[in-house]
Amino acid sequence: MINNYETVFIATPVLSETQMKEAVDKFKSVITSNKGEILGEENWGLRKLAYPIQKKSTGFYYLIEFKSEGKLIEKLETDYKRDERIIRFLTVKMDKYAVEYSEKRKSKKVTEEPVKEE
Amino acid sequence: MGQNQSEIRYLTPPAVEIRKVKYCRFKKNRIKYIDYKDPEFLKKFLNEQGKILPRRVTGNSLKYQRKLAIAIKRAKHIALLPYVTDLLK
Repeated sequence: MINNYETVFIATPVLSETQMKEAVDKFKSVITSNKGEILGEENWGLRKLAYPIQKKSTGFYYLIEFKSEGKLIEKLETDYKRDERIIRFLTVKMDKYAVEYSEKRKSKKVTEEPVKEE
Repeated sequence: MGQNQSEIRYLTPPAVEIRKVKYCRFKKNRIKYIDYKDPEFLKKFLNEQGKILPRRVTGNSLKYQRKLAIAIKRAKHIALLPYVTDLLK
């Protein structure tokens, strides 16, 4: 059973840009080497957290959208837990409405700045 | 007696409650998917302490209230929204 998933992780703000890139590449390779297919990614950059996590008030957000077997999630999440650079992560399965929404979002991004929906 | 009762006059006209018709804005705007990545939108459904507003206030349908609650909880998990706070708005 192949599903679409979306994963967001927050990395510590102490990382340099190259270190951040390394972390992103690592998790992307975790996905691709386990027969996952990356459909999209988004770098939100350094953002303020709504509440402190591990005494840090900011973090680098990164979002990856991918398609894979369900088994990959377990692997990906244990890798998140073992990695000290990651302070928080969230992986969700996307239903058909979510897929539709993300496609709309992507096509909007290509043309212009994303417009907020009311 | 009946005449007397009709003689009652109010200094200010009695407030007749005008009920606003509530509606589910997800159904009305045909929003199928509630995105957890958009904290500004989700804030409309929270009170000042960051609690989820009940359906009786927002008028959401049950289906979308459930989805909304999930989206808000996800946003809180990835620190886009606070779990507890004061003066959110």
